[in-house]
Amino acid sequence: MLMQLAAIWNYLIVILLMMIGLFLVISRANLVKKLVGLSIFQTSVFLFYITLGRVSGGTAPILTDAPDTLYSNPLPHVLILTAIVVGVATTALGLALILRIKESFGSIEEDEILAVKNESAAADLLQAKPGAEA
Amino acid sequence: MMTPQTALLVGILAPLAVACLTPFLANRPVWRDAAGPIGGVVTFIAALQVALAVQAGETPRLFVAQIANELAIDFAVTPLGAIFGLVASGLWIFAGLYSVGYMRGAKEKHQTRFAAFYAVAVHAAMAIAWSGNLLVLFVFYEILTFSTYPLVTHKESQAARDAGRLYMSILVGTSIVLLLPAVIWVWMVTGNLEFRSGGILADVLDPKMAPLLLALFAFGVGKAALMPIHRWLPAAMVAPTPVSALLHAVAVVKAGVFTILTVVVYVFGIDFLSASGATTWLVWLASFTILSSSFVAITKDDIKARLAYSTISQLSYIVLGAAIASSVAVQGAALHIVMHAAGKITLFFCAGAIYVQAHLTKISELDGQGREMPWIFAAFFIGALSIIGIPPAGGSWSKFMLMVGAVDSQLYFVLAVLGLSSLLNIYYLLEPLSRGFFRPKVKDVTIESHPLVVIPPVITALLSLALFFYVDLFADLASLMVAP
Amino acid sequence: MNDGGLIATFLQNLPVLVVVVPLLLAPIVAIITAPRMAWAVSVAGVGSAFLAAILLQSITESIGRVTYHLGNWEPPWGIEFVVDSATSLTLVIMTGLAFLATLHARASLMAEIKHTDLGKCYAAWLLASGGLFGLVATGDAFNLFVFLEISALSSVILISMGAGADRRALSAGFNYLVIGAVGATFYVIGVGFVYAITGTLNIADLATRIADIGGGAALYAGFGFMIAGIMVKAAVFPVHIWLPAAYGYAPSAVSSLLAAIATKAALYVLARLLFTLFAGVPDITELAVTYVIVPLSLAGIFVGTVMAIYEKDIKLLLAHSSVAQIGYIALGFGLASSASVAASFVHIGNHALIKGGLFMAVGGFVAGLGSRANLTSFVGISRRMPITATAFTVCGLSLAGLPLTAGFISKLYLVRAILAEDAIVITALVLLSSALSLIYLWKIIEVMWMQPAPAKSPILVENPAIYVPLWIVALANIWFGVDASWLVAASRAAAAALLGGGL
Repeated sequence: MLMQLAAIWNYLIVILLMMIGLFLVISRANLVKKLVGLSIFQTSVFLFYITLGRVSGGTAPILTDAPDTLYSNPLPHVLILTAIVVGVATTALGLALILRIKESFGSIEEDEILAVKNESAAADLLQAKPGAEA
Repeated sequence: MMTPQTALLVGILAPLAVACLTPFLANRPVWRDAAGPIGGVVTFIAALQVALAVQAGETPRLFVAQIANELAIDFAVTPLGAIFGLVASGLWIFAGLYSVGYMRGAKEKHQTRFAAFYAVAVHAAMAIAWSGNLLVLFVFYEILTFSTYPLVTHKESQAARDAGRLYMSILVGTSIVLLLPAVIWVWMVTGNLEFRSGGILADVLDPKMAPLLLALFAFGVGKAALMPIHRWLPAAMVAPTPVSALLHAVAVVKAGVFTILTVVVYVFGIDFLSASGATTWLVWLASFTILSSSFVAITKDDIKARLAYSTISQLSYIVLGAAIASSVAVQGAALHIVMHAAGKITLFFCAGAIYVQAHLTKISELDGQGREMPWIFAAFFIGALSIIGIPPAGGSWSKFMLMVGAVDSQLYFVLAVLGLSSLLNIYYLLEPLSRGFFRPKVKDVTIESHPLVVIPPVITALLSLALFFYVDLFADLASLMVAP
Repeated sequence: MNDGGLIATFLQNLPVLVVVVPLLLAPIVAIITAPRMAWAVSVAGVGSAFLAAILLQSITESIGRVTYHLGNWEPPWGIEFVVDSATSLTLVIMTGLAFLATLHARASLMAEIKHTDLGKCYAAWLLASGGLFGLVATGDAFNLFVFLEISALSSVILISMGAGADRRALSAGFNYLVIGAVGATFYVIGVGFVYAITGTLNIADLATRIADIGGGAALYAGFGFMIAGIMVKAAVFPVHIWLPAAYGYAPSAVSSLLAAIATKAALYVLARLLFTLFAGVPDITELAVTYVIVPLSLAGIFVGTVMAIYEKDIKLLLAHSSVAQIGYIALGFGLASSASVAASFVHIGNHALIKGGLFMAVGGFVAGLGSRANLTSFVGISRRMPITATAFTVCGLSLAGLPLTAGFISKLYLVRAILAEDAIVITALVLLSSALSLIYLWKIIEVMWMQPAPAKSPILVENPAIYVPLWIVALANIWFGVDASWLVAASRAAAAALLGGGL
């Protein structure tokens, strides 16, 4: 059993990272930590693809002139490049939003933000007049 | 004059045209108020043409649009539809005149909105009457519900809004949850939704499922006020009386029983129904509704509430006739649509006139007022006779046919039900009259005179009498309904 | 024969033009400073996509299937765009609604977003539209992920632009970003598994190879991850929680765009996965459909309806209602019969019209009122903004399924399809939820029409730039309620293409 698990050690690492990432996203209240978790989650997927592409005994998938070379699969690398770009964009957008949230709500902890939202909702209710102008 | 097809088009479009024209006449009250009765006359002439054509054996048809595949919006006048069309358009004339007098006398607001939706409701009723298939019937059934909402909640008070909510929840709720699946079931089983004399379900529906399908229709058609789906009707009395007159005589409730009768005659077919025994439960339920609502009517002091429960009772007469599902009973039910309409509208007109002229709404307050408003009470008397079913009022014909139908089908207990119901009718409908003439006054009121609320009930009362003698057109159409 | 060659080339390029024109115009629009110009270019971009989609629909109605190979690389090595009857119908609906939403957007966005941000907003608008069109048109599994993310990120930008009016848009956008990214990543994991055992990414090729393989843990895992990921995007219960806040706090024009087209695209992809990609493993797809999709969609229907009944803010209410409507569409796909899938496509079209119209009307109200639309500010608004209020009522009645409106047609066909499967309980639940939806609709109508406007409230200005596209949509609701023949026929063709044996 242990030998079988050891044989798939790369996939175990992928799963570990995946779960760490997901756990961070769900359990942390701090928005930056959520993003970090998301990043880890996405990185685990990158690893997943790259380990999939590795052919035993294969070399890096860059064309050489030797005709008999065994290459690892280049396609996952290409896919992951795309996914990395997407991940970068996501993280950048997320951080930009966190900055704006900090400016607007004064905090980047989810529970504190919720408290601020509830306060202003209660205040709105008190102030609301029918057909009010802005 | 017009070809039957043109008459069909005119009959359906005229009320709609009035509805569209009314907002533009908001600043000219006289024209706006005249539009209704004028539209009524035009529509009635069209309906008469259509009815005469149907009596001669034709079926006027009009195709409007193809929704998809086998679903189409088309109109085709059955004999039953011709009857209902005449009732709806004819009584609209008087209801239109009456509502002018009432709304002005009671100084109601939003008269333009009222007049517009009133016309839309009549349009929907005409479309229901002349619908060519079950889908079109359902479509305009829903439109009727939605277009009468602003009429029910007209006063915009909290009570009106609550009544409106009850009205919509019961009527739309039952139509979505019960009527729509029934229509779709018929669609799936037969592949189309056309009406045919003798029914379309005979060979394709398992007779064991017939009671279930019938139940879906009976309870899904909330407008027929079969118990326990009847609560919306007393609640809707919060509306101004022209609306109650419309609801109770012309459009809404008659659309309900018309739907049930159409489904029984043209979708199920009375032979299929009587053979499968699918209607026995409905006979019992209708009988129960007749009696229990009559008992409740006795306990009501508010005039309109009493009339509401009387209506629930009378509607179940029609459902009973449909449930007995014999040729005579069904004809009696169809005739009762006409007789009850004329009689009930008279009673409601009187109730509204009493409110407008004397500001009285309770029967206990009517003591001794008979001499002050003799015309109204006289009209009330004749209307009551029709409802009770005594000659020479028209209602006697329909009641007679229902009794014959019951005997034909050996449902003798129905005779007892009808008899007991007549006795109860006598009590609760003649009580206001006896109070009015034979008791000393309890309230001193000044009577304001508004001719426009007195003339229509007198005319419709005379109509109830006339229908006793001139019943041929309706009787012919009714017999054509069950002809093979 | 030069002309013939040109036209033929143009027609061959249609699948990619639908996607590429909005995408290419996005960076151009980003640098245009004049908002009117930016808007006009956006309208041109989305409008040409609409034209392309109409042409594609007429082609698929005659030929059946159009493919385009990106870069002229042959599939399965190259990426291809595949448009069959199901794709073209979805594209027509999406591009059409996007076009109308873009027409309406100028005045509405100007009322809710800072002047200087408008250029970026239109750029994101075009990116989102182009991304969603690409999501539908693509025939490659990983390319699908790319478009998924393009549309997701630009949607986040669009949603967050609502922060000018209400700062809750920021957290709504952030939540959408995180949840959406998790969903998309799940999808990529699924693609990874599937790629590992088949070696291809082309959807048609995958379908064949998966059918050959027939089973196995990796395949099941891939299936699960892909479906779960798409369900997040499609806002199927219970991963729908990002939707109410996102549509509720976004600018109204953005809500109308996204509500009309975004989830529809994801639902289309869900159907593709279930019926084309994994058609070769019917045992697992049937399990998924019976034990996951159908119960979850029923739950979504009721949760959405009940949440809408208790909601006072109009946009949030409409967003909850969207969750319920998505449930109906997912239910149709879940029942997996030809009739139910066709009914789902009918509802995709009709709901796009209904919700698009409703949110456009709310945009009009917000522009006129200058504050959030809720049951308090709506009191008596029918007297103050009659044109918009009437259009809102028409679309609302369509939502309730009043006969002669588009919503009734959807209900008719959906109930019929469910009854045809003898699923009596599901029929009863669907009808019950439909009756319940009348409650929240009637609350709004009562407040709008039956209560008088508060004293001294001024008559509000109604902008034709907003209510003209709005009325086009409202009239379309009535048109498709009376003459549904094209939509029903196209939906049946779409169902046949989807179920009849793959791409």
